[in-house]
Amino acid sequence: MRARIVRVRSGLAPIVLAVVLLGTWELYVDLAGVESDLLPAPHAVASALWSNGWLVWRNFTVTAEQVVLGLALALACGLALAVAIHLSPLLRRAIYPLAVGSQAVPIPVIGVLLVFWWGFGLFPKLVVIALICFFPVVVTTVDGLASVDPEQPKLLRTLDASRWQTFRFAELPAALPAALSGARIALAVGVIGAFIAETSTPSTEAYSGLGHEIITDAGGFQTARAYAATAVLFVFAITCFYALALAERRLAPWSSQSRGDTR
Amino acid sequence: MPIELQAPLQPQAQRRTGDAEIVLDHVGRSYSRRGGGQVTALEDISLHAARGELLAVVGPSGCGKSTLLELLCGLQAPDSGSISCPPAVLMPQRDLLLAWLNALDNAALALRIAGLSRRQARARAGELFIELGLDGFQQARPHELSGGMRQRVAFLRTLLAGKPVLCLDEPFGALDAITRCEMQDWLAGTLTQEPRTVVLVTHDVEEAILLADRVAVLSARPGRVIAQLEVKLKRPRVRSDPDVIALREQALAALGIGAGL
Repeated sequence: MRARIVRVRSGLAPIVLAVVLLGTWELYVDLAGVESDLLPAPHAVASALWSNGWLVWRNFTVTAEQVVLGLALALACGLALAVAIHLSPLLRRAIYPLAVGSQAVPIPVIGVLLVFWWGFGLFPKLVVIALICFFPVVVTTVDGLASVDPEQPKLLRTLDASRWQTFRFAELPAALPAALSGARIALAVGVIGAFIAETSTPSTEAYSGLGHEIITDAGGFQTARAYAATAVLFVFAITCFYALALAERRLAPWSSQSRGDTR
Repeated sequence: MPIELQAPLQPQAQRRTGDAEIVLDHVGRSYSRRGGGQVTALEDISLHAARGELLAVVGPSGCGKSTLLELLCGLQAPDSGSISCPPAVLMPQRDLLLAWLNALDNAALALRIAGLSRRQARARAGELFIELGLDGFQQARPHELSGGMRQRVAFLRTLLAGKPVLCLDEPFGALDAITRCEMQDWLAGTLTQEPRTVVLVTHDVEEAILLADRVAVLSARPGRVIAQLEVKLKRPRVRSDPDVIALREQALAALGIGAGL
């Protein structure tokens, strides 16, 4: 009974904090008389969201698709690179510095090139998101693959396991929780990645995503609508994060994180 | 100079198969230390074990006991001397159970590696699992098992590899004293049920006398055989048996530890 009360209380904690922060924000704007074009009050953002519901929704679906597919691409590439790095010391030496360096590339520099190659459609945007997100997946997965007890391969060799079987039975499952942690980090940057993708590679669609809308609105004194779109991205990122945490609990129930030690 | 810690796996064909007899003939093994210099782990080791025998190797820490087992399992090659040993399977000091498999699947790991499907492997491991007193724990994850139970599952995994020789590396070293006694009895019982040739490495002299047919005492590094004791006592053996105590004192004396208090 007591435990249940505590759980309900801890479930309310983020809501209470959000309400307090929104209240402070509202009070600040009202009492300090801040220009609504500079910082709209939460109630103004809410009403902008209400009256532009359809527009925001259509742009949201575009962005959500980009984030999900871009993240899938990042995961696929990140895992493949991590496995290559793990299995071959030569590839480790060749790939790792380039992967690190890739994170320093400002996307607008290559945005035009990507559009030149693949046009105004979805794909160049997925490439941008993948480029921004793959790195944490590589790093965590490489560490996860190497986290196997060094005695384990010896044991498996005396059980006549091949290199592939050692990978399949020991290294790959050992790396799964780490890879999923990498995916969570990737997701957190993935949403801002979609924003960067939309603003650095032009689109010809009628609805070209929340990022595109935010930039247009912010430049066109539609600040409240820009904040409304931002709020949607905000909630979307949180939802995706917890969806992945839930998936981790299903996929890797043995990992200490998903066993509930930390949550 | 590169550090060569693992020699290539010996081809199985070159080793003697058929009669499960282990012969180590003047075996030596040394490592090159980081930054130059050699460390001799084992020196001039000559030992043998007949089929179905349990050979215990006791000695202080760092006497190369684990190296000896890796040589027998073909994970390393000796620098000098020769080894004749049928295919051997290692049970490492730590149980190394896979956290993502339940107890039964961990025990059946060797069968999965041999190419059986999950269902076939479970069916074949299942019988022995029950026979060895593990019934009820099939679905348990390793982290839910006690230390003793984990070692039992690890031993079953070793047994199910289907090899004639088992190399046990301090299997009960990490257990508390009471559990260790239980596990020694359990191992003795299991080996009467499933006879194998066993090389048991331990730092527990009493454990060696209780379980083994022959005890080899190794010196501190470099490991040399400083005494070999035949243990011809009837089984099951009892710790308080005067013969067991006498042999224990003999082994301890070989290690330079005073017999009387």
